[in-house]
Amino acid sequence: MIEAARGNIVDIVNLKMYFPVRRGLLKRKIADVKALDDVSFSIRPGETLGLVGESGCGKTTVGRCIVRLYRPTGGIVMFEGADISHSGESDLRQIRRKMALVFQDPYSSLDPRMSSGDIVGEPLKIHHLVKSKKEYDERVAELFIMSGLSPDMTDRYPHEFSGGQRQRLSIARALAGDPSLIVCDEPISALDVSMQAQILNLLQELQSKNDRLSYLFISHDLLAVQYISQRVAVMYLGRVVEISDAGELYANTLHPYSIALLSAQPLPDPVAEEKRHRIILTGDVPTPLNPPAGCAFHPRCPRAKKECSESVPPLRDAGGGHFVACHCV
Amino acid sequence: MERLLTVSGLTTEFRTERGTVKAVNDVSYHVDEGEIIGLVGESGCGKSVSQLSVMQLIPNPPGKIVAGSVEFEGQDLLRYGRESREMCAIRGGRISMVFQEPMTSLNPAMTICRQMGEVLTEHLGIDKAEARERSVDMLSQVGIPDPGKRADDYPHQLSGGMRQRVMVGMSMLCNPKMIIADEATTALDATIQAQLLELMYEMVNKYHTALVMVTHNLGIVARYVHRVNVMYAGRIIESGTVRELWANPMHPYTEGLLKCVPKLGERLVPIKGMPPSLINRPPTCPFLPRCRLRQKSCFEEPVPELTHVEGDHYTTCRVRLEGLTDD
Repeated sequence: MIEAARGNIVDIVNLKMYFPVRRGLLKRKIADVKALDDVSFSIRPGETLGLVGESGCGKTTVGRCIVRLYRPTGGIVMFEGADISHSGESDLRQIRRKMALVFQDPYSSLDPRMSSGDIVGEPLKIHHLVKSKKEYDERVAELFIMSGLSPDMTDRYPHEFSGGQRQRLSIARALAGDPSLIVCDEPISALDVSMQAQILNLLQELQSKNDRLSYLFISHDLLAVQYISQRVAVMYLGRVVEISDAGELYANTLHPYSIALLSAQPLPDPVAEEKRHRIILTGDVPTPLNPPAGCAFHPRCPRAKKECSESVPPLRDAGGGHFVACHCV
Repeated sequence: MERLLTVSGLTTEFRTERGTVKAVNDVSYHVDEGEIIGLVGESGCGKSVSQLSVMQLIPNPPGKIVAGSVEFEGQDLLRYGRESREMCAIRGGRISMVFQEPMTSLNPAMTICRQMGEVLTEHLGIDKAEARERSVDMLSQVGIPDPGKRADDYPHQLSGGMRQRVMVGMSMLCNPKMIIADEATTALDATIQAQLLELMYEMVNKYHTALVMVTHNLGIVARYVHRVNVMYAGRIIESGTVRELWANPMHPYTEGLLKCVPKLGERLVPIKGMPPSLINRPPTCPFLPRCRLRQKSCFEEPVPELTHVEGDHYTTCRVRLEGLTDD
């Protein structure tokens, strides 16, 4: 479907990730949770791909498969042109210098017993990126400044920082190995509005200084995703239902789920809100343990027809690189 | 419209080892009957504590309401004790509250029906059979499918959205005059959040109930709220109708907050710095260290009271009120 083009930072092809559900004394496998089913997309150098969807739709699992915290059940993960789907730990160690993760909760993702300088500098040691103590100190200070922190704070511990500052620490650590990909998993969801804006701007600034740095920006905040991403993928229950350039996706939304998701996001503008037609979906998100047959969205879809409950719609090009998986479009 | 609630000069303190925290500092606002008002601000600004103070749900010690009055339907609630019979009748009866976490605010060991029934038997003194009937009826009103069967479920058997529907239903049981929704939809997914907000909006309109929406989501405020109070570091720093505030914010914090929300084609302008610590705060404007409009006099004078600008618009920015800037 989406060809693995040359020079992409990430290509994932028909990625599947099933988690076994075990029950009983013998822990016999009784079913699979299909967290990801047939997901394919690419991330180009210097690009930000936004990944949106509701909780349990598999967005975090995608991120974790790409950095190979999970071994995918099927499909291929390519990083900078090399297939890493089945690489062993020693190979991954090399590769992971070039990829980094920033997590949602800056309170639990930093080791409380390490000083902030050690947190940021640890990857430098692990990957042998510095030769002397002096070089180490200089590099840590440089990373602090890049992330908008003062280098005289290296002796402080995480609890002495505010939420926004801790997220800056996570970003500084992520930058240590000079990565080509940072997977940002809900990096601003736990922060206050004014801190969110600071972090979004920091991420953009870093990218403008390094044109090979790409982000996978996972979030449920459609406004933040629209602000920071060049391309956006919408996920529902383990599948990508729509993927396109950000401008095109927001201006010309095709999939009924994406339309509902956009409509559910209140706009911070009372004048625009008054004129807006709201689409309120009925029902809950189904469990991925037992997803509906056919298109997983059809029980909640206002446009569902007979075909939708029978076969899974493939992701196909609706023109101009705008891919959508829907029978009705 | 009839005045329902008038809060004036409300001040709540917490004693800590490092000093006294004025979590709510001289807060005054009002709610009219059937009105939807918003209370916005960032975490730690005192929006929840102010609402818990109105309900007298502040644990004492360490917390204490040290000043102010809360006039609800002509009676000053602060005159009654925390555990007094009058206060217990008001809580859940005349004013009810919906919290963020439906899993922690519902009792996991009681069925939905028993918890809802308890509200009715406690406040209205009706018998169990009728309480059940009314609870099931309310469950169907808040859109729970198959309410007769679901009533006998325990909270863990329901999804997050369903649980919050139960909470909304429970808050409406005694037909209260006012509901306080404290980040009631924050923990939910986008499409479920939209369902719940729409449900609450319909319910309060149907029963002419006033609604105080405590939130940090400016989108929700813009969509549902008529009048909004902006809180910062324990104070209401600006107040007005949403339209007026959005079009013409007077306080630099309000202005900054509105510019922090991503909009298409506009660059984000974050507010520099961080919210101040609330321990032993000086009486000057709390936004002073981050303010881009500050003048010399701001460092010397205490922060002005919420002052009338025009219509429903009130602000505490000295610089804007006295026209001290060039722009």
